[in-house]
Order: sequence, then structure tokens, then C-alpha cells
Amino acid sequence: MLDLKQDYFALFGLPTGFAIDMDRLEQAYLDIQGRVHPDRFAHLSDADKRLSMQWATHANEAFRTLKSPLTRGQYLLELQGVDPAFETNTAMSSDFLMEQMEWREALGEAREAADEEVLEDLSRRIRHANRTLIEQLGEELDQKGDLRAAADTVRRLKFLEKLQHEINDALTALES
Amino acid sequence: MALLQISEPGMSTAPHQHRLAVGIDLGTTNSLVATVRNGVALCLQDDDGKVLLPSVVHYLADGQIVVGRKAQSAQAVDPRNTIVSVKRFMGRGLRDVSHVETMPYDFVDAEGMVRLRTVQGVKSPVQVSAEILKDLRVRAERSLGGELTGAVITVPAYFDDAQRQATKDAARLAGLNVLRLLNEPTAAAIAYGLENASEGTYAVYDLGGGTFDISILRLSRGVFEVVATNGDASLGGDDFDHRLFCWILDNAGISLPSDRDARRLLMKAREVKERLSLDESVSIRMTLERGDEVDLAIDRSVFVEITRPLVAKTLKPVKKALRDAGLEPGDVKGVVMVGGATRMPHVQQAVGEFFGQTPLTNLDPDTVVAIGAAIQANVLAGNRAAEDEWLLLDVIPLSLGIETMGGLVEKIIPRNATIPTARAQDFTTFKDGQTAMAFHVVQGERELVSACRSLARFELRGIPPLVAGAARIRVTFQVDADGLLSVSARELTTGVEARVEVKPSYGLADHEIADMLKAGFENAREDMELRGLREQQVEAERVVEATMKALDADGDLLNTNERAELDAAIASLRATADGQDSRAIKIQLEAFNRASNEFASRRMDKSIRQALAGQRIDDLRI
Repeated sequence: MLDLKQDYFALFGLPTGFAIDMDRLEQAYLDIQGRVHPDRFAHLSDADKRLSMQWATHANEAFRTLKSPLTRGQYLLELQGVDPAFETNTAMSSDFLMEQMEWREALGEAREAADEEVLEDLSRRIRHANRTLIEQLGEELDQKGDLRAAADTVRRLKFLEKLQHEINDALTALES
Repeated sequence: MALLQISEPGMSTAPHQHRLAVGIDLGTTNSLVATVRNGVALCLQDDDGKVLLPSVVHYLADGQIVVGRKAQSAQAVDPRNTIVSVKRFMGRGLRDVSHVETMPYDFVDAEGMVRLRTVQGVKSPVQVSAEILKDLRVRAERSLGGELTGAVITVPAYFDDAQRQATKDAARLAGLNVLRLLNEPTAAAIAYGLENASEGTYAVYDLGGGTFDISILRLSRGVFEVVATNGDASLGGDDFDHRLFCWILDNAGISLPSDRDARRLLMKAREVKERLSLDESVSIRMTLERGDEVDLAIDRSVFVEITRPLVAKTLKPVKKALRDAGLEPGDVKGVVMVGGATRMPHVQQAVGEFFGQTPLTNLDPDTVVAIGAAIQANVLAGNRAAEDEWLLLDVIPLSLGIETMGGLVEKIIPRNATIPTARAQDFTTFKDGQTAMAFHVVQGERELVSACRSLARFELRGIPPLVAGAARIRVTFQVDADGLLSVSARELTTGVEARVEVKPSYGLADHEIADMLKAGFENAREDMELRGLREQQVEAERVVEATMKALDADGDLLNTNERAELDAAIASLRATADGQDSRAIKIQLEAFNRASNEFASRRMDKSIRQALAGQRIDDLRI
């Protein structure tokens, strides 16, 4: 029997791994959502409605997790018992710390300049760095099986994501 | 000649099983009710052949309540007891409402939601809205010739939890079974997408009487997927009226009009606004109560100039929605215009310039939302035809979070998350030996609690006394398919739990609704009880029917014993439902739900496996 604790890859009938067939993931998600979504159960009993909400919630969470490379990588680590522990882990490489400082500085300058161009440019640089790290994460997880390195990469990606949010906020603030 | 439709055997319900379901667009200015009849969605007319019901409620001293056009004509005579644009007050405190100073009401700033003192006593916006919904329910039941199974009620996509809850309460108060709260732009997208068999990325620009929404949707192979939504829950056609009203006062040299004159001038402003969409220049003449004369003329160019900031204000949420969707204006294949205010040429022009294409105005902007809601209601009620195999995936408009130390917000569910959704976050104690924890649930994008909307406060007690930071309290947010939130908190080592439907601070408590329902039936207490009984009986019938159908299809999922147990449960539910005791039916229904839970789980399991199997077969074919 399928249950709500089942691993997300199995739920969508996909092989467990970082490399993922996006079209297949999306199709499996829509096929499942098409059967479990609350809109299909609105005229049925409360037991059916409750189950439907649980499953639709589960499918949404599973899809969201596997769709983004960062959450997918993080999830794969969790499946293998590694917690990337974003807030508490202090044993970050000095490279990463240096890199963080540089990015922070760049963001501070761009914010101060209050210039859309400068912010957009920084946003592009972050996206580029992001792509490189995602490739690296794929290698670490699928080829090398180096979980420690992968956890470090996940932390870096998480940091970039936060930075990207801050840039978006700054851009939004500029518009209003 | 109309073609007779013959359905595939077993695919759709027999005609006598067709359930009466409606879609209701509860608008700021006008409201509508629509249904699907013989496969065609249409708006239902009132006795005068009109589909638009002005969202105006007039409370009279003799206890009468008048809704719609008649109430509208009373607003200049009795402004204090004639409530217009009540949607602007739904789920709102007095300080959240703009232009209160020009409104002729006697406001009562109750906790959570503002109330209005009328000749019939203090009314909550929920009660006022319920009068509008009741009028539409009666219209629908008369027109369709029977009791409604349920209704889909539309809400602005950018409505927060408090406003959604208030809308749902109003529907319950009006005696409607709410099948779903549906976002207005999404409803429009359903109507537009199905009509035009659209595929690709579409934007729905919905400028109503009092609210503005922008939704970005992906339409593909029978899937309507909202990618991002944004808006302004207090920006609409009313604001254009208000600018024009101020312009008239300025240019006619009137400083403080009476309540009645203010209403007349506002009505005039709306009329002038509507005429300026067609004419280049409009004259404004009116004699006020004290004898002041208004004699002005306004050119469209002046109107465009004084309302330009309002149009510009709509483009900010549009940009935000596109950014959240990761798209540029050029990625959008079509822009669907919804809401009466999009008739203004300068609104269409600004939207056209922003997206670099002529917006789509081929659907009636007043009725498209109700039509979409009716199509959805038809599906939800179980009148599904083979061509209705589409899937709707909507999102939550505003982030949901918890207040943490220092008045900051920890976001738990981000905006634009696909619903239904649930997320959990662990918190810990701040002091040694702390045994209780207070939670404050908020909604909004800002980091400071004070800048977000407060939804609810609740406490978790009975936490074991430990050193600070040792307890683990998991807070879970669940948002259902209506976009409504419920929150639970659990201490992980002891399992102590607290749960809250996010209602009390803004919505009405269940007993308040029960009281109001009772009051609505006035002296006829039996009516109320009869209605309660009838509701339980209908529910029992529905559940039995659905279970029988499921047994026909999937009876093999149960062994002989299990089948016998379920059959016995059906028999006893039926027997109880034949009686007159509504409480007994309710208890029996709950028991039945427990008994059928395992069967429901197995069917769900089978269904998901089939979905996956189907997908693998598709893969093989390629």
C-alpha cells in the first residue's frame, strides 16, 4: 500500500538520483494530481475529502521538492541520513566564507547604488554561479557519492538563493 | 436545431441525478449567479431579465431588507442604512479601509472586522454580504426549480485568509453549501481557456469595482496552472469614481457635501466615468440640497490625467507577479481583461503598452468570472462529463508565517505555493522551565509583524519544563483547496498538541453563525430544525450514493468480511436517515466515515497506481 511517508522518487515512479527527467516528473505529478486533487472529491464523503487533501498536499510537496535542484539535492542528502543543517553548521570551508563576504559586499554596493542595472547584473552573476554549483552537485551526488562535499554545495546554493531573494526585494523596493 | 446529447454509458450521471450547482461572483459593485444547463454555462436572470445584481443592501426601519436595484435607488435618500461596496469591509478592520471619511456609515470598530450600525442594529459585513448571496440563491432555486447542491463562490485572488473566511461565512449564512472558494482571475481563465482551447502562458488582468488581481497561468493539455498571482485588495473602479468625485468637488467649489449629496455625487461620478469610456466629453449638472449648482464639463483627457496614478498602481503588482513567475512581459501569449473597470480605454492602452500586445477583450468582462465559477461548480458537484477532465492548480497569494522574537516574521508557507499545501517548522523555548508558548499567525510579505495582517493567536500549554532551547515544538500550517489556513502545534517529546482553525480574530465563531441563522428564521424555529434535518438527510443520501458507486467499481478491493461490514454500515446509515433525528444522522455519518476510511484509502491507492502505470505505458509508446 502506498503511504504518505513514501519517498518522493518512488511516488512519481522515478529512479532515485539527482539527474532527473523533468518532463517525466511533471507528467507523473499531473497524472497523480489529476486523480487525488480535492476538486475530484468535492461531492464525496468526508473520509474521501480528507484523504484527497492529504494526498494532494503530499504530491505538491513532493513535486516542489524534486523540481528545484537545491531542494532535490537536499532531499537526496536527507534520504541518506545527511542533514545539511543550514543554520547550525559552522564548519564551513574558508573558501565558502570568503565567497560569502564577496557576494555580500557586491550586494551592499548594488543596494547603495540603488541602480536597477547594477542589481540586475549581480542577479545574472548569481544565476551563473548557481548553474555551476548545480552541475557540481550532480557530480558529487550521482557520480562521486561524496556526501560531505554535496552538503557543502547545498549550503552554498542555499546562500545564493537567499541572496537572490534579497536582490528581488531590493528591485521591488526600487519600483515602489 | 439543437443536437441531442447522448453520453457514453457509465460516463456521466443520469439526467435525474443532475445536481443543481451554481457559480456566484460576489462583486464589489455587482454580483451574478450562473449555472451549467445542458452543457452550456449561462448567467441566470432576475424577474426583470437582468443578470447583474447591484451589490447594495438597504435596511429599512420596518424590518424589511431590500437588495439590488431597488436598494441602489434608495442610497441617495437613506445613505446610512444603504450599504454599497460591502466587499471592501470583508475581513477588514476600520483602519484598513480607505476613504472612510467620505462614507456615510455609522462605523463600529469591533475587534477584527469593522461593523455598521443600521436602523436594524449593528451588522457585520458578513451579514450584509449574506443578504446579497441569499437573493442570488433564491433566484437560482426559482430558476432551476429545486434546492441547490452547492455553490462555488469567487474571491479576489489577492484576498487574504481573513477575507476568504469572511466570504465563506457569508455563504454559509445565506444557506449555501460552499463547494469551493475560487479565485476570480482563475475562474475567468477557465471560461476563457475552455472557450478558446488556449495553450501557453496567459495573464489575467482583473480590475473590479474594489479589487485588483493579476494572475499568470500556464494552460496546457487540460491543466490550468496558476504560476503566480499578485494584486491590491483595495484598488478598483471605486477609486476612479472617487478621483472624479474629488475633481467635481474641487471644480464646483464644494467643500463639505451632506451625506446624501455625497452619495448622489458619487453615483454621478460613476455614471460620468462610464460615459467617458464612450464619449470624449461629458457634462455634469446637479442641484445640491442647499441649492448649490454643479455645472461642469469634463474631457476624457482630464479624466485620464487625474486617474493615471491609479492605472500605474496596477502595473506594480503585474511586475511582481511576472518576477515571481520568472517571466518577461514578452513571454505572455495573451492578456485576458476581466472586470467592468477594464472597459476604460486608458486602462486597456496601458496594459497593451506594458505587454506589447492588444489585450483580449472578446469575453464580457462582467460575466466571465461567474461563468467560470459555474463550470467549476458543475464539475465539483459531480456532474462531470468526459470533456470536463481538466485539472486546476491554484496558489496562495500571500506568505503565511509565525511571529518570532523581536517582532519578526518567520515565513512558513511562501506566496505562490500550490494549494493544498502543508509545511512544518520547529520552534523552541526561550527561557528555562518555560511550559507554555504563545503563537501569533500572520500573513503578508513584510519582515515585521506590524506590517503584516494578524490572523490568529493561540497558546500551547503543558510543555515539559526543560532548559531553554531543549523543547521541540513543531508548528504545522495546512492550507486547503479554498486557500484557508489551519494551524497546529505539537511538542514532540510529550505529544502535547494545540490546534486552531484560523478563525476567531477575524471570522465569525461557529456559534455566532448559528445564532444569525436562527435569527434569520425569526419565529419559525421548526423551519430551522427542518432545514438542519434535511441537510443531514441529503448528506447521508449523497454519501451512500457515492459509496455504492465506488463499490460497483472497486468492490474487489474488499474481502467478504470487510464488504459485509461496509454493507451493514450503509444499511444503518440509511435506516437512520429515514428517521427524523438530525443529531442521530450526524453521529451515524461520522461513524460511517470511519467505517469507509479503509476502503477510501485503498481506492486512492489503486487510483495513484493506475496514474503511474498509465504514465509508463505512455513512455513505452515514445
